Amino acid sequence: MSEILGLFNYWVFVLLMVIGFYAVIAKPNLIKKLLGLSIFQAAVFLLFISMGKVDGGTAPIIQNGNWDAVFSNPLPQVLILTAIVVGISTLALGLAIVVRIKEAYGTIEEIDAIASGEATQLQQDSGESKQ
Amino acid sequence: MSLASQLPALQVAVPMLTAPLVALLRDSHLSWAAAFAASAMSFVLAIAITGQVIGGETLVYHMGGWAPPFGISLYIDELSALLLLIITGAATLTLLAGRGSLEEQVGEARMPLFLAAWLLTLAGLAGIVVSGDAFNIFVFMEISSLATYILVSGGPQRRALTAVFKYLITGTVGATFYLIGVGMVYMMTGTLNIADMEVRLAEVSDRNVVYVAAGFITIGLALKAAIFPLHAWMPNAYTFAPHIVTAFIAACSTKVSLYVLLRLDFFVFQKNLVDHELQFAYLLMPLAVIGILYGSIAAIFEQNLKRILAFSSVAQIGYILLGASLISVAGFTAAVLHFFNHALAKTALFLAVACLGLQFAKMRLEDLRGVGRSMPWTLAAFAGAGLSLIGVPGTAGFVSKWALIGAAMEKGAPGAALVALILFSSLLAVVYVWRIVEVTWFGHGGEQAKAAGGGPITEAPLWILTMTWVAVLANFWFGFDSSLPMQLASSSAEEFLRHQP
Repeated sequence: MSEILGLFNYWVFVLLMVIGFYAVIAKPNLIKKLLGLSIFQAAVFLLFISMGKVDGGTAPIIQNGNWDAVFSNPLPQVLILTAIVVGISTLALGLAIVVRIKEAYGTIEEIDAIASGEATQLQQDSGESKQ
Repeated sequence: MSLASQLPALQVAVPMLTAPLVALLRDSHLSWAAAFAASAMSFVLAIAITGQVIGGETLVYHMGGWAPPFGISLYIDELSALLLLIITGAATLTLLAGRGSLEEQVGEARMPLFLAAWLLTLAGLAGIVVSGDAFNIFVFMEISSLATYILVSGGPQRRALTAVFKYLITGTVGATFYLIGVGMVYMMTGTLNIADMEVRLAEVSDRNVVYVAAGFITIGLALKAAIFPLHAWMPNAYTFAPHIVTAFIAACSTKVSLYVLLRLDFFVFQKNLVDHELQFAYLLMPLAVIGILYGSIAAIFEQNLKRILAFSSVAQIGYILLGASLISVAGFTAAVLHFFNHALAKTALFLAVACLGLQFAKMRLEDLRGVGRSMPWTLAAFAGAGLSLIGVPGTAGFVSKWALIGAAMEKGAPGAALVALILFSSLLAVVYVWRIVEVTWFGHGGEQAKAAGGGPITEAPLWILTMTWVAVLANFWFGFDSSLPMQLASSSAEEFLRHQP
């Protein structure tokens, strides 16, 4: 039992990662794919934050000149701050592309099928004018 | 401190800091001039860095003066220098050649923002290569990837958008896998510095989590490097990107991910994990072999010129991987040589495609029938670079294939099978290159109607044609005198395989 509870954060990490990954692979809707990607990345954030936690440690801030307190490792938190920024940029860019896909195709569902159908159709009737 | 000691930081800082400036210049010509100046400057810096590291020196630069393991360090050896030459050289040449092509495909109004993304890609790729810190590599990887998505989505057809969406999903999953692996290594060693990891991993090398970390890192980077069977994003991204962008990213973006894979695997894991080199070889060699065959055969059956070349890239990545998975100095040398020579050949080929793109909207072979008669110089350049892709003696492609065959020979009977495979796949390359040559030179009919403006097809403008020929002639030059890449490749192979008996 303690094996499971002691590693609680890591179980949540795995669960979130798999949920996110499932959404990325299985959902036909592009927004849902991006949400899955965000959950997937959030799982990794949890992994990093969990590994930086020291038992009984406090926030790594020196208060009242007390240098001797047990601190949690601040480095993973800093790394994840960077990774969150990366994640937000990816999500923003992904959503911007979804907006343009919606403008170009009129839908954000099953876009792969539409695009590849378009490719076969293009091969059949040659000579489409340049945009 | 003298300027010479600051080169590693400048390599990243110059394009990165010029990028916002380029975005602010609202004029297409001015922004192109600024972007070109920054690219050319990075190329000069890369040459200067190569001059410093050639002969076995390594440059270690401490960002902000903070010594490792606390600060972030930049670490440049000969392999990094070779990659820097490829990246900055390809960026400079394609940008110089591609102004007209980009203005047509991307539009003058969007040029400043587009060029800013171009410089960020350059800065990100250079950053990955110079960095000696595993997390820093992740950050630069995301900078270059996000900027590359923007470049690819600039393509004129709407299918560029669906291609780039797939690329974004795959690329982000790959980078996140890499991040998980780095996190696990950090958990076990408490360091992100690659040189430090190399030492500290020895104490925990019997723990399963280290093997899991190696798995995550390998798969994540394999996704980014488009190693078969994780290449699905690549053909469409290459096909629908603007031609000049394809010429740029085909030369370097997958190779940089391969570089990170080799760097971490050979430096960190193989030194510390028992039998890891065998696991590396058993996993990647079959993938390399299947990738070579699949890529070459798929290229034979494709109808679109850019897709043919994209599938050929899948095969060429297989050659690089095959060389590396031989785990010998000769094999690694061949792999590194192929980094360089494939970049040369693909840049030249895609520049020739860009020349064609000024006349044709689509790159289907049936539209290009007989175009060699109206654009002889372009198609002659294409054929010349195609020879290098096949590996005909006298071209750069031959040097690396010869080295690869020599490395396979060392392996006895299984090596002989690999030699047969390399020769057979070269024949397949002859087939798909010849197919293009045959259609473009000897095909008949239809070409007049498909011209972009409706008028007769004329030769590409002199400027882009000259640059294409510079790239083609570089293929022949390095076919005759391959001493520079050879020296960098063989001494980096020595360095990477120091731990091998």
